[in-house]
Amino acid sequence: MHLSLTHFESAVVFSLFASIVLGIVTKRSDRERVRYGVRCFAYFVGSLFVVGWLMYLGHG
Amino acid sequence: MANNAGAAAADPTVPSGKWLPAVVVAWLVPGGGHFLLKRNGRGGLILLSVAALFLMGLAMRGPMFHPQTGDLLTTIIYCGGFLADLANGIFYLLANWLGYAQPDVAGHVHDYGSKFIVAAGLLNILAMVDAYEIAAGKKN
Repeated sequence: MHLSLTHFESAVVFSLFASIVLGIVTKRSDRERVRYGVRCFAYFVGSLFVVGWLMYLGHG
Repeated sequence: MANNAGAAAADPTVPSGKWLPAVVVAWLVPGGGHFLLKRNGRGGLILLSVAALFLMGLAMRGPMFHPQTGDLLTTIIYCGGFLADLANGIFYLLANWLGYAQPDVAGHVHDYGSKFIVAAGLLNILAMVDAYEIAAGKKN
């Protein structure tokens, strides 16, 4: 089996699982964990678009 | 892991017998420390996350790091990468024993795979620290 993901897909998959674990280990109630995990995921994906556009514009 | 053990050893109020089994199980089986401490939901999510990243990394033919020394950057990358790979516990051991460790070849997908395996190990280190804090009574 060979899995081939693009850079964007890889980054989103990484963001998803990293957000889950960050939510679990950093907060003390389930509600806080869910909110923090969702916020982390949104920041990860938002950063992807911002940095992606910066690289695109930087290359001209 | 060493920092975690060091921090706990410096705390005289928490005997190692209280946290060491949870930390060792958390290393060997991602999420296992949480299962041992009856935090099954959290343990299941950690197991899912670490297993998914590790297996996707393997499926992307990501190579594992072997410790190498040389200049500072080489030492940090290869020794750090090896420790992060090792932090995957049973997944790392099984992948090596069963011959699933991939040779290092050029290609961006393999490179992402290698980073997935390292990221899975780093997430498991966070889970080990969390298991330690729960076992030591520093966190619910």
